[in-house]
Amino acid sequence: MAKGIMIVAEQRDGALRKVSFELASTARKLADQTGDEVSAILLGSGIEGLAAELGKFGVDKVFVGDNAALEPYITEAHAQVTAKIIKDNDPAIVLFGASVQGKDLSARVAAKLAGGLATDCTDVKIDGGKFVAIRPMYAGKCFGEIIFNTAPAMASLRPNVFPAVENAKAGAVTKVDVAVDAQKSKVLEVQKDTSGKVDLTEANIIVSGGRGMKGPDEYKILEELADVLKGTVGASRAAVDAGWRPQKDQVGQTGKVVSPNLYIACGISGAIQHLAGMSSSKCIVAINKDAEAPIFAKADFGVVDDLFKVVPELTVACKKLLA
Amino acid sequence: MNIIACVKQVPDTEAQIKVKADGSGIDDSQIKWVMNPYDEFGVEEALKLKEKNGGDVTIISVGPARAMETIRTALAMGADKGIHISDPALDNADAFVTASALAAAIKGIPYDIIFCGQRAIDDDSGQVGAMLAELLGLPQLTIVTKLDFAGSSVKVIRPIEGAQLSIETSLPCVVTAQKGLNEPRYASLPGIMKAKKKPVDVKNAAALGVATDVKAKVAKFAPPPARAAGKIICGDDAAQKAQELARCLREEAKVI
Ligand SMILES: Cc1cc2nc3c(=O)[nH]c(=O)nc-3n(C[C@H](O)[C@H](O)[C@H](O)COP(=O)(O)OP(=O)(O)OC[C@H]3O[C@@H](n4cnc5c(N)ncnc54)[C@H](O)[C@@H]3O)c2cc1C
Repeated sequence: MAKGIMIVAEQRDGALRKVSFELASTARKLADQTGDEVSAILLGSGIEGLAAELGKFGVDKVFVGDNAALEPYITEAHAQVTAKIIKDNDPAIVLFGASVQGKDLSARVAAKLAGGLATDCTDVKIDGGKFVAIRPMYAGKCFGEIIFNTAPAMASLRPNVFPAVENAKAGAVTKVDVAVDAQKSKVLEVQKDTSGKVDLTEANIIVSGGRGMKGPDEYKILEELADVLKGTVGASRAAVDAGWRPQKDQVGQTGKVVSPNLYIACGISGAIQHLAGMSSSKCIVAINKDAEAPIFAKADFGVVDDLFKVVPELTVACKKLLA
Repeated sequence: MNIIACVKQVPDTEAQIKVKADGSGIDDSQIKWVMNPYDEFGVEEALKLKEKNGGDVTIISVGPARAMETIRTALAMGADKGIHISDPALDNADAFVTASALAAAIKGIPYDIIFCGQRAIDDDSGQVGAMLAELLGLPQLTIVTKLDFAGSSVKVIRPIEGAQLSIETSLPCVVTAQKGLNEPRYASLPGIMKAKKKPVDVKNAAALGVATDVKAKVAKFAPPPARAAGKIICGDDAAQKAQELARCLREEAKVI
């Protein structure tokens, strides 16, 4: 019988991604309810040392696949090894991160196992002994409760939603044999974003600007506020389509879905497609001169005023408070 | 070149989604249906490849009878023919069943490259492209914003968190399209007229030999949790409002 909870950890350049700790903590919480063990899959090259870090966040046992062919990440190689470890160990539940890599990998692994997968979940629970995953659908306009007809039940968890809590367990390393087929795909180049900013999907604080910003240079005031708050700047589609901000900054139904602790929307009206991408933020602030703008219906705090006056003052006020 | 583009019919992004009272699904009586926006990027890229390199574009969709409109839209944009996989047994298909149906249809025809949208904006699963690649034994390139075709291989750009990857893979392969890949064209009037006469093959699950039992099931739909009413920050001028906002964020919401 399938038993235990397995997470698929994600590392890049020899460091675990934050979502890996969120997975470990979530798995630990579920396992403590069912009296099960938490195991982890960790793949890459020269990464055995990271197993102990997973242990700190509640993982009992880490299956380490160490092979040069697994670095950098190539979907087919990682999927082959991941699916084999899952098959050999028969867990009841497998959790992935809903990062770009985690989504790419989880769907391929689910197909290999002919199993069910729930993407980008914002809650998971054990209900009557069965695993249930809760996820936004229709861009958060409704939520679905997903149940699974096959084992293992697989889910990817939205980054930044589940808490990472230290809870030391053994994190004992089991090395696994990782025979990998020759690959058809090759990573030619990795071009790193040099801004030093956290990606929107992983940011705790987002300062976002829309058409109300009037032009590309005006984003400087948002950058300054974001710097003080250690946040990342985002944008509406109107701002991206106008060429003021790069595509990767777009928040919304056809952009990134984000769930920071704080989302500050400046000069954004709150079109349904924009709300779809940010309404799972924990605290929403709207700064807009139009008191009727739909964004205020979603906002925890609203300021009806000219953003060009409010934002610089907010930067000053925050600087003072945080000093 | 034989190019395939998979499309799905979904509610328009403007659509209000109402959950049925018993939570068994969504009330789709008021919905305007459109081609999934990410699939539009896939169709556009397929057409661009065809225009440059010759060949033909086949559109495949799994969906109820109304999904034929979406196939016709793609044909009106310039695709050559369609396959419509339509079967009530597929109405609640999960990603695995959908990918299995697509794979079964595609196995019977020649192909060099297959496009899907990176996700459909109804169920937001983002699984079908990768599953299809696995079921056909092909490499996958998901969430692609740039594609260069070089005869027997393609080179693509994939944005990931904090970086951009440049990846090369041999054909055939599956590519899932992300916004930024191109600007989808509109169907022209002559295109719409011509599309009516283009061939569309209609197939059911049995004809394709696809098992329709789902692996992951939406047991219950629910509206999003209600948000508590917000607070409008008052003050004599922008500076006062900004100070009060900063105080609220720190003391009440405790987010800074
Ligand atoms: C298929 C499809 C997909 C889409 N996907 C997305 C998506 O992913 N993300 C997205 O964001 N949009 C998306 N959209 C677009 C969406 O419908 C809106 O057009 C867009 O979000 C509007 O952006 P905005 O709020 O910046 O601009 P507007 O709606 O023009 O709002 C500008 C706001 O700025 C305010 N303003 C102006 N000047 C000031 C000032 N000085 N001080 C304070 N406030 C000021 C105005 O009062 C107004 O409310 C999509 C649309 C479609 C059809």
